[in-house]
Amino acid sequence: MSRGKLLEVRGLEVAYGGIRAVQGVDLAVAAGEIVALIGANGAGKTTTLKALCGLLRPKSGSLHYEGADVTGKPAYHLVRKGLSLVPEGRGVFPLLTVAENLAMGAYIRNDHDAIRNDFDRVYALFARLAERRNQLAGTLSGGEQQMLAIGRAMMSRPRLLLLDEPSMGLAPLMVQKIFETVRAIAAEGVTLLLVEQNARLALETCSRGYVMESGRVVLEDSAAALLASPRVRQAYLGE
Amino acid sequence: MNPGCRPWLRWALWAAIALLLLILPFATEALLGRSWVRILAVALLFVMLALGLNIVVGFAGLLDLGYIAFFAVGAYSYALLASPQFGIHWPVLVLLPLGAALAALFGILIGAPTLRLRGDYLAIVTLGFGEIIRVLLNNLNRPVNITNGPQGITLIDPVQIGGLSLAKTQEFAGLTFSAAHNYYYLFLLFALLTIVVSLRLQHSRIGRAWEAIRDDELAAAAMGIHTRNLKLLAFAMGATFGGVAGGLFAAFQGFVSPESFHLIDSIMVLCMVVLGGMGNVAGVVLGAVLLTALPEALRYIGPLQQRLLGEVLIDPADLRMLLFGLALVLMMLLRPQGLWPVRRKSQTAETADVS
Repeated sequence: MSRGKLLEVRGLEVAYGGIRAVQGVDLAVAAGEIVALIGANGAGKTTTLKALCGLLRPKSGSLHYEGADVTGKPAYHLVRKGLSLVPEGRGVFPLLTVAENLAMGAYIRNDHDAIRNDFDRVYALFARLAERRNQLAGTLSGGEQQMLAIGRAMMSRPRLLLLDEPSMGLAPLMVQKIFETVRAIAAEGVTLLLVEQNARLALETCSRGYVMESGRVVLEDSAAALLASPRVRQAYLGE
Repeated sequence: MNPGCRPWLRWALWAAIALLLLILPFATEALLGRSWVRILAVALLFVMLALGLNIVVGFAGLLDLGYIAFFAVGAYSYALLASPQFGIHWPVLVLLPLGAALAALFGILIGAPTLRLRGDYLAIVTLGFGEIIRVLLNNLNRPVNITNGPQGITLIDPVQIGGLSLAKTQEFAGLTFSAAHNYYYLFLLFALLTIVVSLRLQHSRIGRAWEAIRDDELAAAAMGIHTRNLKLLAFAMGATFGGVAGGLFAAFQGFVSPESFHLIDSIMVLCMVVLGGMGNVAGVVLGAVLLTALPEALRYIGPLQQRLLGEVLIDPADLRMLLFGLALVLMMLLRPQGLWPVRRKSQTAETADVS
């Protein structure tokens, strides 16, 4: 276990029934980093993220977070430790209002004054959410729902935020906006692990990246090196 | 209740409702006869049942088609321990909590193996569970006679309060309180308690967590909600309400048999929840009262035919269920969200496109 690593994963394997979706992934994220995890559909990115935040139990391998072994610990344990996930496809609660959704993000906390401040912080980050705080989340546009999902995760005061496909199904302008916020969140000192299909955007935002193929990490390098790599350019940047 | 109105007006309104509920059995008796006082009491039992199921289905979004089993557990635990069946006659103050606890235990027993199921699949398993309980009650008379099988259990002790039996007619202040009157007031107390508990639960941290699980279980787990425990809690809480209602039912009827706990009874309670307005306590209460009263009111179509046509053309028993079904279909077509849906804060329709 090396020092300075916020999250360290060794030999992670996750299986659904007999199908091994993740077959021995090693990765590490240092505090303050923005790391990208890219790859094609079905490469095992989402499964990896779910295992990292405790929504799926790994079949084997180890997970260390903040230096402690958290292998097999469930999500409700890890969220309290500051490890939060923004799920794929947003996963907002459609029948709750924007404000109620944000309140759910702070479910594990009971420091009410600080929570009130964090509401203001999120509303400052996403003015659009402030305007619609009493609206049902299900009536928001896709982009607004993504903002809400990110804002909701921020309400748990994460140290490490796992973002699953924040650009999915959004118009290009909206994607730009979401990524601006992602950078703003990183600038606040939150460590980010970003799963993206939009490889170029992800690598331009991040400092390092991992490339996954069929359940394995096949490449690992600085973002700049990956952007220059012929293999990545051909397979993921469409060149 | 309009939140904008003045406090004294609110109190006056509450007082009026309280007064109405107090004189309701006497007014009903005068207008419709004593059998309707009994129907009122039964309606209050169904209010309890529907509110219990509303926790599971309306709050936590877990479709339970075997809910009547918890009612059966409460009813039989009361019946077995307060009847000549075993010669045991425990007091109601012991039996109601016991029935509630047993029902909660059964709630967890059915909840635990079905935690990973949702929607249709959960409905099928709970349906099976409900039938298992009924079949057990039907057959546990051999080799050792526990439940007395299809004959059911008779001569169940009525509720006694301070030596006063609710099954006996009492005279008080010039008014005649029949058994139906007495039980009406007892059930009213319990129904009000159930309403208060439901409302408090809904607006608690637990209630919100249930709503989150209902909307998106994975996202709820990602928020740090202990989804397994909260789902079990929903099953247990819902079952508790059913268990208490079951105990009261056994004492009220003085007789229980497996016949009262069919799948159709589970479906009726579910109809009350859905038709009233899933998740909304007031709506569910309304649904329970309406769906208890409607089939009873439809009994009058026999005499009505006689009076209008001079003869009974169609068998009232057939027509009754036909009209009942038609009423259900119409209500769902006209108010798909239920008669009194959950009020949603300022639903601004405009969703300006930002992308």
